Amino acid sequence: MKTLPAVDAVIVGGGWAGLLMAKELGARTSLSVVVLERGPSRQSSDYATDMDELDYAIRLRMMQDLSSETVTLRHDGSRSAVPLRQHGAFLPGAGVGGSGEHWNAQVPRFLPDCFELLSKTTARYGANALPEGHAVRDWGITYAELEPYYTRVDKLLGTSGQAGNIRGQLIDGGNIFEGWRSEPYPTPPTKVPYFAALFRDAAKSLGYHPYPAPSANISRAYTNPDGISRGGCTYCGFCGRFGCMVGAKAQPTNLLLPIIQKRKNVSLRTGARVRRILFEPAPKFAARGVSYVDARGQEVFQPASVVFLASWTFNNTRLLLLSGIGEPYDPATGRGTVGSNLTHQVTLPAATAFFDQPLNRFMGSGSAGFLFSDYDRDDLDRSSLGFLRGGYFGARGYGFQPIGAFGVLPNSVKATWGSDWKKAAVFFYDRTATIGFAGEHLAYKTNLMDLDPVYKDTLGDPLLRLTLDWRDNERRMAEFVTPIAVQVARAMGAREINAFPGLRSYDATRYNSTHVQGGTIMGDSPAHAVVSPYLQHWQLPNLFILGGSTFPQNASANPTPTILAFVYRTADAIIDRYLKHPGPLA
Amino acid sequence: MPRLRSSVTLPLMRRRHFLTLSAATLGGVLVYSLDRKASLLSAQQGPVRIPLRFLTETEALIVAAAASRIFPSDDSGPGAREAGVAVFIDRQLAGSYGRDRFRYTQPPFEDAPREFGYQGRATPRQIYREGLKGLEGFHLLSPTAQDEALGKIESTLFFSLLRQNTIEGMFCDPIHGGNAGMLGWQLVGFPGPRMSNLEEIEKYYGQAFRPEPLSLRQATGAKVRPSEDEP
Repeated sequence: MKTLPAVDAVIVGGGWAGLLMAKELGARTSLSVVVLERGPSRQSSDYATDMDELDYAIRLRMMQDLSSETVTLRHDGSRSAVPLRQHGAFLPGAGVGGSGEHWNAQVPRFLPDCFELLSKTTARYGANALPEGHAVRDWGITYAELEPYYTRVDKLLGTSGQAGNIRGQLIDGGNIFEGWRSEPYPTPPTKVPYFAALFRDAAKSLGYHPYPAPSANISRAYTNPDGISRGGCTYCGFCGRFGCMVGAKAQPTNLLLPIIQKRKNVSLRTGARVRRILFEPAPKFAARGVSYVDARGQEVFQPASVVFLASWTFNNTRLLLLSGIGEPYDPATGRGTVGSNLTHQVTLPAATAFFDQPLNRFMGSGSAGFLFSDYDRDDLDRSSLGFLRGGYFGARGYGFQPIGAFGVLPNSVKATWGSDWKKAAVFFYDRTATIGFAGEHLAYKTNLMDLDPVYKDTLGDPLLRLTLDWRDNERRMAEFVTPIAVQVARAMGAREINAFPGLRSYDATRYNSTHVQGGTIMGDSPAHAVVSPYLQHWQLPNLFILGGSTFPQNASANPTPTILAFVYRTADAIIDRYLKHPGPLA
Repeated sequence: MPRLRSSVTLPLMRRRHFLTLSAATLGGVLVYSLDRKASLLSAQQGPVRIPLRFLTETEALIVAAAASRIFPSDDSGPGAREAGVAVFIDRQLAGSYGRDRFRYTQPPFEDAPREFGYQGRATPRQIYREGLKGLEGFHLLSPTAQDEALGKIESTLFFSLLRQNTIEGMFCDPIHGGNAGMLGWQLVGFPGPRMSNLEEIEKYYGQAFRPEPLSLRQATGAKVRPSEDEP
């Protein structure tokens, strides 16, 4: 294996987390930084001609190529797993910018109690309130400590929205149930698609507190603190699963890449498939760099003084397991940490509503809409609900295209092909919309990741195996929220409503969200956590792990702002303290 | 450098198949000649022979007939035959989709419950080729007999692919060979890739806003290449 010249920092993964770290290190220090991205090169100008539903939204052109590597799944530890042979429940991206290119740019924050969930829940409801077999943890950090970094993220992205709580002062029209913000959103809320306006008015009439969905697909022109300017969204509707045609959507290629490309100390290598993190064993215990297969198919070793893993939940976890760093988590004994706390945000189409009037739903963006969080708040008394935690309801005008949206019909229509079906589907095509729900997913001891004993990738390395299923807490939450969504749909004037039929087993064929988390979790002790709240590996102080893999449990909120806030905090700690005195930060 | 490579070095080609369609039923489908040059057919032209990339002529006729029973032309508007769905499906099967270029296809292949997704070994090409064997002579049957034949296979994987691909061929951008003349988009009021709805999004609450559709090539002025034409 050829050894390349050593660099100061190597970053595995060129998505939001990896490129933000590259930008911070590259622009604020003179360190030599190499980013390794396994997918293709991308730039924001590529998206001027990508508005093709078939290739992008149906054939999923921007997603990871599963022919070389996927994950396997089983519902419980007593069975063998099968590979997920095609995309379904989640859509990890590949290429520069990663999933941050094709996301919908929905940017709520996590609730303050999420970060101290174990201690807050037991303090309020008693030690037995959490379900049997849970693995809920405190993160070792509080919302107040993270808030300044959340604000930096809002400024980076130019987030559009209406604040509901500024330093404890509640503001009507914003989300009064969320954690306090130190400042208002940098840009005003987005425009409102018709369906979302119906939802807003109906929710309000029922006593809920709707607010404009926070959006990193911005409402008007904005220049961020790095001097990057973007125009406002034009509501073309080609948003999630696409890169943004006009660059209004915050993407790593428009916010981070232009800065990185100007820095001579940062280089970005695409087509680089990292296989192992190499390290000095105990007692020295330090990462030496990474080995990878380059774009020409040659395996090379890239030595580095600091290694960052920023390659999404699955690959962060898999690389630790393949490299033999840390002890794999064993649910039978509770020993080990790598692979524990696998969670997936609980999202459901709670009520699909059919209207008499047209909705013009080709117009929209991935995050233009309204939400209400009356069941997504830390102060709610859950003792009578039958489940812990909660989530938010939403109506977003994603921008619908006909291949994916055609043929969603009221349950009263039985035909699935032929003239009766076609006529109903043509009639309802622009008269259908969904009230969605996004809820928290608690961590359980038996939801985890390890290496699959059978299936391999094209290089011969074992695939990552997920052991994952829903439990009663999620099922009861779904049962509780579905009638609320139906009630709102009725108040919107829907003529027919399909209620969500209920959560059964984890279904890998229904798109849930790309918010899969855990595997290399943070915490205040190496006994149960892989990294400290500075995302620094507890045993190898020159190894940092960035991304949702470090989250002990899943919030109702979408994770990108929280991921980026932690990256900022870690970058500050490295630049201000670690570079002067390399060693443990926590 | 020889002017022409010896035929010995070329793989033996099977007999090339064509689908013969009436141009009048194909609003404005893009047809590719053998050297892959695209030309737009107009309704004035007579019957056209469209070179097939994967299906045989008989298979294409069966696919066209089945797609037009799934998505028929009726008093609610045009259907799969007018939109050129069979041409779309042929090109998809010939391209990366048809050969499962992006699916994980390593063995072992085990049965698993539905919620684990398709676990089979067969590619869309193989599923079509096998499924079409069961529909021999289908294109010669009466519509009623065709519906009966489809009813018998409606729970098969082949039928679910055919149904899904028919919807795709009705509503894809015309660069993919389906949605000829943007008939599918007009049927449901989809305008294609519009650059901006900024002024309209809050203006048409409760009333239909139906701008004239534009294809991706029309809207961007760029010669966008569909993925099935990539090597």
